[in-house]
Amino acid sequence: MLAVNLSELLDGPLHGVEEALDLVAGFDDALVHGLARLGEDRAAALSALAGAFAGSPLGVRAGEAAEKIAAGSVTDEHLSVLAGGRAALFGAVHDALLGRLDGALGRARAPWEASPSAASSGADNLLAGCRSWLHELAITGWRGVDHDLVSAADQTIEALLAVPGLRRTAVLLDGLAAELRASSPIATMERLPARRWADLWTRALLLSQPGGPAAAVPEPAATVSGRLLLLGVDVHEHGTAVQIQVHAVLEPADGGPARLVRASVAAPKVDTIVGPALWRLLQWHPVLLGALAEHRSLDITDQPILDSGDLVWHDDRAEAGEPADPFATARVLLGGALAPAVPPLDRHPVRISEPVLVEGYTAAADGGEVTFDLGGRPLAVDVERLPSCGPLTPELVAASTACIGLVRWDGGRWALQPLAVQATVKRKPVTAHNGDWALGPTDPKVMKAEAKAGDSVAVLRERAGRLLRR
Amino acid sequence: MNAETSAWERRSAVRVVPPVRPRKLAKVPFVELADGRLQGVVSSGSDIERVYVSSFTAGTHAYSCSTNNNRPCGALPSGSSPCKHLHLLAAEAVLQYGVDRVARYLRVDVGDGASTGADLVDSMNGQVERAPAATVFSRFLRHLNYLEIPDTTTPIPEMHWFPALGAGR
Ligand SMILES: [Zn+2]
Repeated sequence: MLAVNLSELLDGPLHGVEEALDLVAGFDDALVHGLARLGEDRAAALSALAGAFAGSPLGVRAGEAAEKIAAGSVTDEHLSVLAGGRAALFGAVHDALLGRLDGALGRARAPWEASPSAASSGADNLLAGCRSWLHELAITGWRGVDHDLVSAADQTIEALLAVPGLRRTAVLLDGLAAELRASSPIATMERLPARRWADLWTRALLLSQPGGPAAAVPEPAATVSGRLLLLGVDVHEHGTAVQIQVHAVLEPADGGPARLVRASVAAPKVDTIVGPALWRLLQWHPVLLGALAEHRSLDITDQPILDSGDLVWHDDRAEAGEPADPFATARVLLGGALAPAVPPLDRHPVRISEPVLVEGYTAAADGGEVTFDLGGRPLAVDVERLPSCGPLTPELVAASTACIGLVRWDGGRWALQPLAVQATVKRKPVTAHNGDWALGPTDPKVMKAEAKAGDSVAVLRERAGRLLRR
Repeated sequence: MNAETSAWERRSAVRVVPPVRPRKLAKVPFVELADGRLQGVVSSGSDIERVYVSSFTAGTHAYSCSTNNNRPCGALPSGSSPCKHLHLLAAEAVLQYGVDRVARYLRVDVGDGASTGADLVDSMNGQVERAPAATVFSRFLRHLNYLEIPDTTTPIPEMHWFPALGAGR
């Protein structure tokens, strides 16, 4: 990304985004206080949200849902319609933002083509359990949520986790429930993550529609073979789940154009497994982890790929290749690589995570905030978003001269999430990537701390072996 | 409401649960602040097959310790002071959550300069009161069960709402 790209990204209004987000904020406020006691203002906010769809296929149903809910009749169907409306607004915001970003970067993106078929998970009773809990939450409002209401989801979540096809729903609900539990008593919370919790609630409700496309397991559209050149790894984590998402450029074996793809591994965990120990939960994919740790390319054969550009990783269909510097990949191949389409349901700004290379900037740190000055324009750097399982620190980012990162958007602003940096520390060049410790930490200080703390994964697995299987 | 708060409330990917700090898990594999109690599971020093379920109740500071089979802890006759299992629980809870968070949850006035589990136990003046071990033990088993669930390579787009944020730096 050059100064000219950044200017294009930051300059000029994004039409309709503010207005859409204001409508969403009205709905989110209704969820804070609960749909059981809306009051005039919040009832008006629901009608305003519904009004945005006047003239569209959703319009009549949304209007009716807002009216009935204001009158005190909150049914499953009404909630689903409004959740669909809220998601559609974010879909439009997502498209405006991603269009701006692609335009600024000059990035070509594949058009969306619906997969022919996808298998439904078929666990309708479990999904009904999810909907009923989400229904209770909406009626009660976040401010009224107590321990009993949070715990009411425990059995449903446990059952969801046991069904591989419902993992997305399970992980999402588990994350939300943990936040509600940790925030109790919510009634007296000073500030409340209203946007976030409404996002999670909306998403969960859409994922738990019976037989709907959202509840289906995505089917790989094709398989791909070729050389995979890694750019970096993004890490996602809550108390009971971790996911790594490897961003890479695929050079197809059949000679087609280079394309951006991702490979993900997600594993259940517990809250006490943090830091470099997280990698041990992903150890069944040694070829992928080895490529991250050793900066190697991978030769893949017949890996299934989803319409979203996500490889469904099979470690046994990959072989370690030559050493490959992600910065070289980013410099040579990233600019011309074809970006994948975004599946309709995933159109939410939170999912925007476009890999870019930024260099030629001056980094400045000010009270914990880091900014890259790129040709006189400031690019905010999200240094909170550095995973504890890797070597990147805010200090290293502030000392950097080149950075591979993901462009993200949240709370009305663009920011860069670093995945790797080239920096100068004590006059020596240093390079650090999020995935450097994928096979174990390489920093002697961190190795010592890990050795002292013991192997938390092994300790808990031993306890599980002794207590769960007797 | 100030501008910073309202900007935070309009963000999708913010941290809500405070980070948990790494600690050795061998002696006290499970600690949680839940159900109005600081509760957890403490390994027996002598018998690898046995664990103790120990807890302090928020507000009253009543404490309890028994085996997972609901037999009372031998080191905790009524009217005595907290046993070593309870001391270990408090110490590990402070490592995991920090003394402030545990004290706030239990509603203990620890005073300035308190930093350890021992400071926390010293600031409480509760009585022995049997709490149900079975509930906590089954929550521990549920906790362990997470490590038995297989991983997946089908992407979970929902995890974009849960970025890994540098804990403990
Ligand atoms: Zn005891």
